Amino acid sequence: MVELTGYGIVLGSIIALGAIGLTLIYGIARFGNFAHGELMTLGAYFALFLTVWIFPALGLSETRLGSLSFGWPMLLSFIPIMLIVGGVAVLIDKLVYRRLRNLKVGAVMLAISALAMAFVLRSLIYIGWGPDFHFYSPGLRPMLELPLGLKLRPDQIFIIVVSWGMVGGLYVFLQRTKMGKALRAMADNRDLARISGIPTERMTTYAWIIGGGMAAAAGILLGIDSQVRPEMGWQLLLPLFAAVILGSIGNPYGALIGAMVIGIAQQVSTYWLPAAYKPAVAFIIMIFILLVRPKGIFGGS
Amino acid sequence: MEIVRILHFLAGFAIMASIYAIFSLGLNVHWGQTGLFNIGIAGFFAIGAYTTALVTSPLPTGELANYVEQAFGLNMPFLVGVIAAGLVSGILAIFIGIPTLRLCGDYLAIATIGIAVTIQRVFNNERWLANGPQGMVGLKKPLGDLVAPNLYNFVYLAIVVVILVVIYYAVERGIRSPWGRVLRAIREDEVVTQSAGKDVFLFKMQSLVFGAVIMGIGGALYAHNVRAIQPSVFNPLFGTFIIWIMLILGGSGNNKGAILGAFVVWAIWSGTGYLIDQVIPVTWAARAPFIRLLVIGLLLVGILLSRPQGILGEEKQVSRMM
Amino acid sequence: MSLLEFDNVVSGYGEMEILHGVSIRVDEGEIVSIIGPNGAGKSTLVKTVFGLLNTWEGNITFTDEDITGFSPEQIVRKGVSYVPQVDNTFSSLTVQENLEMGAYIRDDDFRPRIEEIYELFPDIEDRRRTRVDKLSGGMRQMVALGRALMLDPQMLLLDEPSAGLAPLVVDMIFDRINAINQQGVTLLIIEQNARKALENSDRGYVLVDGKNRLDGLGPELLADKQIGELFLGK
Repeated sequence: MVELTGYGIVLGSIIALGAIGLTLIYGIARFGNFAHGELMTLGAYFALFLTVWIFPALGLSETRLGSLSFGWPMLLSFIPIMLIVGGVAVLIDKLVYRRLRNLKVGAVMLAISALAMAFVLRSLIYIGWGPDFHFYSPGLRPMLELPLGLKLRPDQIFIIVVSWGMVGGLYVFLQRTKMGKALRAMADNRDLARISGIPTERMTTYAWIIGGGMAAAAGILLGIDSQVRPEMGWQLLLPLFAAVILGSIGNPYGALIGAMVIGIAQQVSTYWLPAAYKPAVAFIIMIFILLVRPKGIFGGS
Repeated sequence: MEIVRILHFLAGFAIMASIYAIFSLGLNVHWGQTGLFNIGIAGFFAIGAYTTALVTSPLPTGELANYVEQAFGLNMPFLVGVIAAGLVSGILAIFIGIPTLRLCGDYLAIATIGIAVTIQRVFNNERWLANGPQGMVGLKKPLGDLVAPNLYNFVYLAIVVVILVVIYYAVERGIRSPWGRVLRAIREDEVVTQSAGKDVFLFKMQSLVFGAVIMGIGGALYAHNVRAIQPSVFNPLFGTFIIWIMLILGGSGNNKGAILGAFVVWAIWSGTGYLIDQVIPVTWAARAPFIRLLVIGLLLVGILLSRPQGILGEEKQVSRMM
Repeated sequence: MSLLEFDNVVSGYGEMEILHGVSIRVDEGEIVSIIGPNGAGKSTLVKTVFGLLNTWEGNITFTDEDITGFSPEQIVRKGVSYVPQVDNTFSSLTVQENLEMGAYIRDDDFRPRIEEIYELFPDIEDRRRTRVDKLSGGMRQMVALGRALMLDPQMLLLDEPSAGLAPLVVDMIFDRINAINQQGVTLLIIEQNARKALENSDRGYVLVDGKNRLDGLGPELLADKQIGELFLGK
């Protein structure tokens, strides 16, 4: 059981990166990004592309860092990939979502277009890489025995450290920088932000970059932990949304907590239920919250 | 008799298109009229199909019982199966509606995805229910003894068309009634409608159930058409997304648009399937379905960007009292 | 000299025309109030000045510059700040952060200005780090005013500053409004509370059904019989 909780923390940390981005986009771009899972998948596949084609071609070192399953090229590629996927997210926003918003098609049509983009991205990945799953690096990864009976792989500890590090960085950004505060202000009261002269269009772009970037990082981490498959992000869509709703839409800190709850609950549930039901667990938790406290833990937003 | 074979093939096409037309009509009730964001159509689709399968099939006996597991089998006639499918789907709608209809649209959307995913996984994992991943086969063939097997499509098409027409008129009646006007008012502006004294939750629930019943019937008709169902069929692409494209392309809020959209999109889907198989080099054969997926996704985005009102646009509902 | 000229303006929401050719003038240093019954178009007027609503006909001039059709982003940079009636603060942010956001488009060091605002509204000074949604109505209104003042505007547009506040608090708000005016800010106020508004204004306009009805000096209007009957409950 402790093991399951431990793995739940790992999964929760990955979900958190995705959920925080999703909730930011909700609060600032004001729509549910049903293609968010695909942004994660995109990040994972970019990393795969680099690992399989580029690093060997450039003759980069394949030595693993300590007991992690990857070397420094992978580590250094995080930030560029995050920026690229952030850029893709901005591009999609400019080409599709903003134009639809200007056409005043309505919130549902906007969400359907996001769903369509999810299919488009997923099919591009299928066409480019095929339906099989891949690994960043082959071989077994030994578990470390930790206190309290936790058993985690070094990779997983890395995942927790990196995720929480990013969350911490985002916290500092949102609380201490002018742009971060402006993003919070916009999520709080968009009209007043406009009246105060805050450039709402530019802020929306930043929200997409941050959201997309964090999703990409989550995707890479997920790939490091399990495998890289075309459906990897899509299958997390339900837990992502459940975490966002649990933590109150628009609240990044709520999303973090929501993600940890969902992650741990999903893993612990495998003690009794087959693993295939993990998304159903996220779903049940979400329904429960909607019945009991629909605005999420942190109430109105 | 080449002509008969071609016509039979076209009848097969028309059957699937008509079944999808029924789904589109259901979605029109949900989204076109009431503005309910249902992206879990696959769930109602699946429940309808499995209900009729379990209700109309007998329990496996003899040798078969070693390979096939089934929770129950009532061996009822086709029509009973179809009606049961509609009913169970409607009940499912009530369960989804209670927690979500009082909240904003996105919540309903996620709940419907959740239900669709859960249903698919339950039927896939619980072998005792309906034979798990292998699914159920040999479903009833209504009026199967009427004609030779290579002419049967005509019979089934007639059945489906009759049901489609009945559903069409039922939805038309609903749309043009005072009830329909309230639904559209809710779609336009919930808050205003609520303050005008209408119980918005009740109307939304009625719409959700009505549309779900229609989708359940569609699922049953699908099941008896292909006569073999597995959980993998009821996926987000075939069970949900394609129906949204049909309604949007045809014209949301428009019953005729729903039917038109179903036929057009099914033609595009079948057509591209055929074309791609012909054109694509063998090494890419495995990618073929995904190329179709890409085309379909881009098609939807293209429609939304260029003509979001669809081919027929929305019908102006003129009041009889003008 | 005339700061704001609102000349024969027709505007409204969607397809509904609300202002049917309204003219008002605000001179530098004045406090001008717009009063009138509900639905008269008072809120519409202010939103049109600030560019939140389109001007269908007529002109708006500010410091002799034609600002008809300008967007809010442009108008705020011309020296006009607007305080909406509701949702006029960033309620999940602290007092200090609200003021900082008010100064978003400034690229100089605005910390002295923040201190000036706190001098103007001492009650909120020791609540700098408190989230605005934890403050009372009166304090929230002060934060709303403070946010708008961060840009050192020449003119402030206030939409029903006394709405929802207790009488003592209303007195305090109008007292602060006068203090703001003393510092050289011109004010255009729309108000339900006609008495309070006129008592504190140099001039006033009465708007009924989207048209000018009456205008004059504050004290004059206060004493006027018609106004007394209609708005002051005499």
